[in-house]
Order: sequence, then structure tokens, then C-alpha cells
Amino acid sequence: MASAAEIARRDEQGKIRSRWLLSAPALVIVFIASIGPLFVMLAYSFMAKGDYGDVKPGEFSLDGWFSVFLQRDIFDDTLSLADAHLSILWRSVRLSVITTVLTLALGFPTAYFIATRLRHTREIWVFLVTIPFWTNLLIRTFAMQQVIRNEGVLNTLLMWLGVINEPIPIMYTDWAILFGMVYVYLPLMVLPLYASLEKLDFRLVEAGYDLYAGRLAVLRRIILPLVKPGIVAGSILVFIPSLGAYVIPRVLGGGKNLMLGNLIELQFGAGRNWPLGAALSITLMVLVMVAMLFYVRNAARSGGGHG
Amino acid sequence: MPEPAAVPDARIAVECRGIVKQFGEGPRALRALDNVSVSIRENEFFTLLGPSGCGKTTLLRMIAGFEYPTEGSIRLHGEDIAGLPPFKRPINTVFQSYALFPHLTVWENVAFGLQMLGRPKGEIAARVAEMLKLVHMEELAQRRTDQISGGQGQRVALARALAPAPKVLLLDEPLSALDYKLRKEMQIELKRMQSETGITFIFVTHDQEEALTMSDRIAVMSKGKVLQIGTPWDIYDKPAERFVADFIGETNFLPAAMVGIEAGMARVRLPSGIEMSATLADGYVPSGEATLVVRPEHARVVASGGQLSGRVENVVYFGTDTHIHVKLDEGLTFMVRQQNSRSQSCGAEIGTRVGIEIAPDAAQVLRD
Repeated sequence: MASAAEIARRDEQGKIRSRWLLSAPALVIVFIASIGPLFVMLAYSFMAKGDYGDVKPGEFSLDGWFSVFLQRDIFDDTLSLADAHLSILWRSVRLSVITTVLTLALGFPTAYFIATRLRHTREIWVFLVTIPFWTNLLIRTFAMQQVIRNEGVLNTLLMWLGVINEPIPIMYTDWAILFGMVYVYLPLMVLPLYASLEKLDFRLVEAGYDLYAGRLAVLRRIILPLVKPGIVAGSILVFIPSLGAYVIPRVLGGGKNLMLGNLIELQFGAGRNWPLGAALSITLMVLVMVAMLFYVRNAARSGGGHG
Repeated sequence: MPEPAAVPDARIAVECRGIVKQFGEGPRALRALDNVSVSIRENEFFTLLGPSGCGKTTLLRMIAGFEYPTEGSIRLHGEDIAGLPPFKRPINTVFQSYALFPHLTVWENVAFGLQMLGRPKGEIAARVAEMLKLVHMEELAQRRTDQISGGQGQRVALARALAPAPKVLLLDEPLSALDYKLRKEMQIELKRMQSETGITFIFVTHDQEEALTMSDRIAVMSKGKVLQIGTPWDIYDKPAERFVADFIGETNFLPAAMVGIEAGMARVRLPSGIEMSATLADGYVPSGEATLVVRPEHARVVASGGQLSGRVENVVYFGTDTHIHVKLDEGLTFMVRQQNSRSQSCGAEIGTRVGIEIAPDAAQVLRD
């Protein structure tokens, strides 16, 4: 005779087994759709490149990873750092950080403004913020081109106002990429910030004023710490797609000012170097992960750990 | 005992003169405060009492600096502060919801005001320790504010507001979220802290019992106006208006006809035909019909005689006293409150005919 405890344990095991079975569809999708392709990329990055693109399956090679950071001179075979890759990497990180900071600087007042409106007018403002999402990214980027090109809206306006005598060349510079990325990713910063600010208890702001905190001190000591989750979420939502941006640097930066996304695309296309493309993709992913871990850790430390 | 005359050299802490607060414009404008004037003395426990929507919280927020008056002046120790932002006023508030900073510990909450004032670290530590001791919260100093109970949150809010040693402490219904027993305890605590710190307290409540037990003086407000300012004794025993008499404590209202005025007292005739004298609210000379107000404890049920007569309708036992509801011959119900004692019962059985004797000077003619 089985004891009651044994029956219970068998029962429990049966339950666990059926739970795994029930969650199988979800697990299959997670593995095939999101983790699977990553393993394919990882495998590709360790294979030799095919002659016309693709890889030579089964042929192990470190060339892909090797050329992420180093390059071999075609004449004397000497090794040197892959300056082109590193400068593109550096530009990507730099532009993404600046984009995140700028969207935060522009997005915070916007979100604060919306959160302090009356309830029904708030919805209208949020709706307006989301309108750009209705249009394709490519179309929005071309629209941006119309604004910043030499004969574009911005230069024409500045010349008409007499601020400048001849158009400022913005197109095909890092500035153009920045303009584009800030414009495109601003809503991704505004929305999570608004969600945090909307939940903010403004009586706490009053309590701050009551306790001799001026406007700046209230912002720094009360509002910012309380909406930190929104700042973190917004920064992540802006930083990650910025780092991998492809369309914006392609259209606004021309062919010269590449970012990581363009470099990767180049390897799978004209470059015909899939292992390098795969290695670069994984480098980008690791970069994002490290940045996020660092950021979230840092945010958590300054948020919670007092005394 | 007459009203203690205003001590002539008592210094005024907060003086509001002719305060008007209007929200909105034109026909939809709402007058939250209509020509309100109050003077609050130093070291006083002053209560703004009234039903919700009477403007008491608006007046408090104006003294704190969260609202600016449409008209009128607010002076703090003679200095006009109506235009100063809240962070430049030496006044602190205990908010109804406590409004403790959820991202800071108890200690940091209490230290916040002192840090903003730029006090040296050592002084802050000493002052915070002193405040936490005052509210018995030393042990929970490092707790986060979402890890403490409502009553403890109340104490922290109090410590936080008292820490910068404000000239005036504002309390916006701070006890309304607490249960009955805790509220009673905190009432006593608040009185103790007020006398220990010597700070002027301005307290807002809609609870008349709370106001009566805690206050030095009370301002009764209704619909944006101050109806009466006085000691709890004044407010209860000599209500200036029908609203005040009705809002504070239980009251019997009797219709009466004015007969005349003799030596400052009104002579009135009750519907039963019996004449009696009644006190008058200050400076009020009624004529024709008048309303008399009699507190239930100032009347007595007697077997026969008395100014009123009727049939006992209900007897409600309250432990310390008994409420006897008598249906008067005129149709009104009159309530008498009698102290219980061991030796005698209240002497009234439901359904028996009784008389009601009103103590001399207990009746007052009211302004409607």
C-alpha cells in the first residue's frame, strides 16, 4: 500500500508533467522563433565564408570573429586593428547615447506637460504622440530628409529669417542621423515617461515644496527618483533600436556614415561575408546586453539602496 | 464662566484678512472662500471646523502657499506672505494622505526639510533623532515608508513636519484615516506635542467632537464663510447661528414667539402658552417668530410641571447617560440627556406622560 505522502508526491509529479505538456506550444515557439535564429547566427559566425555569400557548412573558421576587430593587410599580411569597424562601432555607441540623452531631455518636459493636463485632454495628447507610428519608418525618414536637405524646409526657413546666408549642409552627416533618430525614437521615450509621471502622486510634489525644496530640488529629489522606472524603460526602448538602426543612417547618413546595422547588412549583401556579419550581429547583441545590465544595475543602486 | 477675554498682548501668529478665493470666471465661477478673516494667536491650537466643501481645506492650503488668494492678505507675524511660494514660508503641513516620500526611509523623510534648509549634517542627525523620539518611531528609522502602518505613517508625517521647527504647523484632517481607538490616542498625542513644542497648530477637521476636545479656539465654517470663532465652550454653549448649533453636538430646536426684551434677556412664549426667558446671541434683536435652542443635557424629565409636556417615545441607554425622546404635545420630538447613576433610574417609561423642565438660562434665541 502506498502511503498518503507517496500518493501525493506521485500526484504532484503527474501535475508537473502535464504542466510541461501544456506549456509545450509556447516553449516550441520561444525556441524556434527567438532563440533558434540566435543559435544559427552563432553557428554561422564560426564557419568559413562561402565564395558567393552563404557559409561552408561544417567548415570551422575563426575568420569571421577575427575580422570583427582585426584586419590583415592584403600586401604584406601584417595585422592591424580594424579601424573602419571600430570607428563604426564607436559612432554607433556615441550616436545612440546622444540620441538617448536628447530624447530624454525633450521627452521629459513633453511627458510632464501631458501628465499635468486634465484627464480627458491627456488622452488627446497621447494620441497625438502616437500618430507617427501610423506611417512606415522609411516614409518618415524620407520626410525628415525633406526637412533637413539643403533646399529643405529648415534651411529655407533659416535663410528666409536671415539667420544664415547659405544652407547649412546637414544631410549625409552625423547630425542628419541624430536628427532622424531623435525624431523617430522620441515617442518611445515619451510614452513610458508619461506612464510613470501619470502615476506620480502630485501631493508628494506639494509635500516637497512644503519642506523647503525649490523647484529644481523637487525635480531632482522627488520627481526624478519616483519616475526612474519610466526613465529606465524609455532609455532602453530608445537605446537598443538606436544602436542597431539601419534605415535612418542609410537614408540620412548616405553611404559614408555607416552604423552597425549598415555594416552588418553590408556583410550579408555586397560584402558576401556572412560569418563576419553573424559575428558583428552577436557583437551588437552582447554590446546591448552589457549596456543594459550596466544601466539597470546602476539605476537600481541609486534608486533603492539608501543607508 | 464668561468667555476668557482676548488677552490683549497675545501675539498674532497668522492673520487672514478679507480672503476671497474664486475658482473659474464668469457665471460658472465658484467662490470657495468669501471674505474670510481669522486671527490665529501664537501657541494656539486653532481648528477650522466644517462640513466637506465649506472651504476649510482651501483656507489651509492658502496659508501653506499651495493656493493664492483672489483677494485679501495673509500675514505671518505681521509679514505679508500671500505672494510667497510654499518653500519660502516657515510653515509645514501634515497632509491628509501623509504624502510620505515612498522612495525614502522614515529617517530620510524626517530629515528632508532640514536637508533642504542646508543644515549641517550633525545638526540634522540630532534633530531627526529627537523628532523620531518625540513620535516614538526610533526603532523604525530605517524602514521604508511602505513598510509601516497607517498610524505609524501618521507619526512620521508629524515628525517630518515638526523637524524644521516651523512657526506654524498645519494639519489637514490628519486623523481621518485612523480607526477610532488610534484616533483617540493620536488626539491626546497631538495635544501633548503642541504643548511640548509650543508651535501654533492649525487643524482642519469635519469631526466636531475632535474639534471640541482638542482646540483652544474653533472657527466654524460653512459655504466659504466663517460663521463663528470661539472657544469650544463658546461654540457649544453659545452658538451664534442655527447652523453652528445644529452642526455641533445634539440640539433641540423649538419655535417660540418673542414677547419682549428684559435686561438683555429675551422673553419668549412657547407654543404651550408658557413664557420663559432665554439668552440672546450677541447683538441680535429678534422680533415676532424666533427659534429657541436647548441642549439635551440642559433639560430634565419630570413627572409633572416643567415648561413642556409630552409622551415618552423612546429611551436609549448609552452607559454613562440615557437619551429620552419625548413627543411633545405640539408634535415635535424633544431629546433629553440624563446622567445615569446607581441609585436611581431615569424615571421615564415609554408611553408615560411627562413634563420637561428646562434649566434657567439654558435656552437661547438663535439667528437662523
